[in-house]
Amino acid sequence: MLLNPAILALSIVSFVVACMMLLATGFGLQVVRHWDIGSGSELQLTMERRTYLISTLVAFSFMAELVALLLFIYNAEQISSQFVGAMCATGVLNVDPYGWPTLYLKIAIFFSGAVWLTLNHVDNKARDYPLVRVKYGLLLLILPLVIAELVLQTRYFLGMDPDIITSCCGSLFTPEGQGVAAELSGVEPGTAMLLLTVSGAAALLTGGWYLFQRKSGIAFAVTSLTTFLIALLAIVSCVALYIYEHPHHHCPFCILKEGHDFMGYYLYIPLFIATAMALGAGAIAPLRNITSLKEIIPAESRQLIGVSMLFMLLFYLVAAYAILGSNLTMVEVWW
Amino acid sequence: MKAFIRKQRYLIDFTLSSLLRRPGKNLGLLVVYSLIVFLLASVMLFTHALRSEARLVLADSPEIILQRMVAGRHDLIPGSYLEKMGRIRGVIGKHGRLWGYFYDPAVQANYTLMVPRDRQLAEDEAVIGAAIARTRGVSRGDFLTFRSTDGNAYSFRVSAILASDSELVSADLILVSEQRFRTFFGIPEGYYTDLVLNVRNPKELRKVAEKLTLRLPDTRPILRDEILRTYDAIFNWRQGIVFVLLTGTILAFVIFAWDKASGLSAEERREIGILKAIGWETSDVIRMKFWEGAIISLSAFLLGYLTAYGHVFYANAGLFEPVLKGWSVLYPEFRLTPFIDGLQLATLFFFTVFPYTVATIVPIWRAAITDPDTVMR
Amino acid sequence: MEPIQLHQVKKAFNQGRPNEFWAIRGVDLTIQPHRATVLKGPSGSGKTTLLSMIGCLSRPTSGRITRGEQLLSGLPERFMTEIRRRTFGFIFQQFNLIKGLSVLENVMLPAYPLGPDHAQLSRSALELLHQFGLGTKAESRVEWLSGGEAQRTAICRALINDPEILIADEPTANLDSRLSREFMAIVDGLKQTGKTILLTSHDPVVFDSPVVDRVVEMSDGQIMDPSCC
Repeated sequence: MLLNPAILALSIVSFVVACMMLLATGFGLQVVRHWDIGSGSELQLTMERRTYLISTLVAFSFMAELVALLLFIYNAEQISSQFVGAMCATGVLNVDPYGWPTLYLKIAIFFSGAVWLTLNHVDNKARDYPLVRVKYGLLLLILPLVIAELVLQTRYFLGMDPDIITSCCGSLFTPEGQGVAAELSGVEPGTAMLLLTVSGAAALLTGGWYLFQRKSGIAFAVTSLTTFLIALLAIVSCVALYIYEHPHHHCPFCILKEGHDFMGYYLYIPLFIATAMALGAGAIAPLRNITSLKEIIPAESRQLIGVSMLFMLLFYLVAAYAILGSNLTMVEVWW
Repeated sequence: MKAFIRKQRYLIDFTLSSLLRRPGKNLGLLVVYSLIVFLLASVMLFTHALRSEARLVLADSPEIILQRMVAGRHDLIPGSYLEKMGRIRGVIGKHGRLWGYFYDPAVQANYTLMVPRDRQLAEDEAVIGAAIARTRGVSRGDFLTFRSTDGNAYSFRVSAILASDSELVSADLILVSEQRFRTFFGIPEGYYTDLVLNVRNPKELRKVAEKLTLRLPDTRPILRDEILRTYDAIFNWRQGIVFVLLTGTILAFVIFAWDKASGLSAEERREIGILKAIGWETSDVIRMKFWEGAIISLSAFLLGYLTAYGHVFYANAGLFEPVLKGWSVLYPEFRLTPFIDGLQLATLFFFTVFPYTVATIVPIWRAAITDPDTVMR
Repeated sequence: MEPIQLHQVKKAFNQGRPNEFWAIRGVDLTIQPHRATVLKGPSGSGKTTLLSMIGCLSRPTSGRITRGEQLLSGLPERFMTEIRRRTFGFIFQQFNLIKGLSVLENVMLPAYPLGPDHAQLSRSALELLHQFGLGTKAESRVEWLSGGEAQRTAICRALINDPEILIADEPTANLDSRLSREFMAIVDGLKQTGKTILLTSHDPVVFDSPVVDRVVEMSDGQIMDPSCC
């Protein structure tokens, strides 16, 4: 086990967040059990007031998780010097089998948090709180993610042993290797770029369709999520190469380093924001038939989708800038 | 959107004036809060600066050091090993080094004696570190006399004093000529303390080290990366230990913050009641209280961090230098290079602002759900 | 503008516990717009509780309060607050100004959660203060005000969001008879501008005043003479 402040901080955050989510879910279940919106009883008033505590707890937990996600990657980047074979975050995540799952869970928690907060926001605008059961039920689904993250992260940190020789991005993200990372890197840059263009265009089209026709919010969420996945693939298989100006370096983390002008942040942050908002819009889209939400959902969706599209465009602009501004030419490789 | 931002401005405005109306209560909190930030930030900034200092020093050192082992102990290595190892691909330079330690009973300190490769020294000449010059009270042109292992006294004329850029390492250094070094320590011609190899491509390091152990089985190669890793690990570990020790303090602070947040005065309760009665909503009050926390946290963070910065980089971390530095008796007197990074800030945030906020969530909520009709009762 | 209608409104405190207490036991009442109505009764008769329910400060345990089509009772607090701050202005018995803040700031407070333009807000607050003869006091702190000035500040605060209905709980309890008459004159002026006024009081200066259109007597959580409704 490595004992450093960032690891301590991450462990504390995960533990506290798990506690807060446990508390929030417990309260949420109580609220669901005693909820009776038509009643003027003191019990109902108490329950209503609890909802404020729950939303505050959940909102704060997700915010903490978001910062923790950044810290997690940043820390992995920083302690890479302590592991033989690790030159960036990839190597550190590979130190034991729990590294990558922890990262995936953190991302999943971020997105489910975005969805929950969107639902909560919409629900608070309708006079009869129509989503009370839905959203507190959803907490029951998010809680296991948070607890799993706590457990996996703890095992991950406990399993960190500086004597382990780990494999870093050089060996993991090579087209010749095996496993998901290798498959990702093995995708032809041309194919990746084509997919990225197509899915981006599809997302923007469905988004635009919604803005004009008020239809198919789910389609936008689906295309955006697809774009998110394809964008990650494209970063590994193609965009990163241009940033490194090296035709064989496929790492998704080294682009976060200072030496590459922090390009990674400019790519990932808009991409994550766009996807989070798209997922939120998709989550509320099927609820438009609830009477009290009829007016609210289209207005909220329009905003969410509009902003999401803006950030998506921003991502594409940054990616294009990274490719066009690079000294690397891959003329023979894919175009 | 515009209304939302304006609303936040109104809330912040109100919060500021309400903080200023109760200076006594908030000042205490601010002082304790800043103190916590100051303590943690000092530890972080200090160890971090030490670590980068060490990195700076090691950046110029050779990639591989080769030591000869006799009966499991480090021994002198014959210069002939340089030929014996033969040509190894990837090695762009190799040479022998002469260095050793010398205990000076006059000031009860250990010096590092070394033969420099980049400057030619006359037989009786010596270049010394600033710390030695300070403790022995010598300056350029003075003479230093040491008693060697064979009982003879040797005098060195101080021809220069090392610049204090990275005094952490050069503090106790004495550079002497090869001739004098050999006679002083009684090291025969042709033998060296260790050999060093330069390798340009870091990916070839392990291969080179492997070949060395095969060709020269009585030697031990030490990689610079490994030293760096050990340094990193040690500094991280020390920092971690200090943080664990400070957990108690943080916990006490959390309880203090909880107590402060839940112990609202009658006046404050009345105020929140009034606000709710005249049309503020529960979430408005929560948001107002959130801004209050944010303002306090931000000021405490800035105050604590800046004091820590001054403490570490201008006052040389006077408070815990002896604990964390652990060098010899000759304390280097040096200015650490200021260094701030995002990881540090985020970690510090999670050790201070995060627990503070968590501790205040429930008390804030309790205050915010005051019945709006309390003021009418 | 529609009347406010109360239908079988009841309110219990400490429900389900041994010290359960019904403060309001079934009230039917209609409050006409543009009129001044007084709830009269001894302390403990439930008039303040009724007032706070009409003003959306609290919710009836059962029964309905409506204003035209709009249901005022049975809403979550969040929406009750929304209705309250746009529809009702409150003047409390103790004035309830926030100490340490200036008169102007106190008047502007109810508008903060709505996030209006700052220049516009302070302009309308100053206009109100001038209207009530407090123009020179705008920057003074409220603890330096006399009783009459404090109450006029409270009235300005109640009017800042331009509510249709003004609610005052025992407005003259802390005033001498001269100031009480002055207050009723102000109420008259407000009625002229089309505000609906709802007061509680057991002060004859208030309920005998010609400004008042209707007096509702309460006792033990009920209305004494239901025929008047």
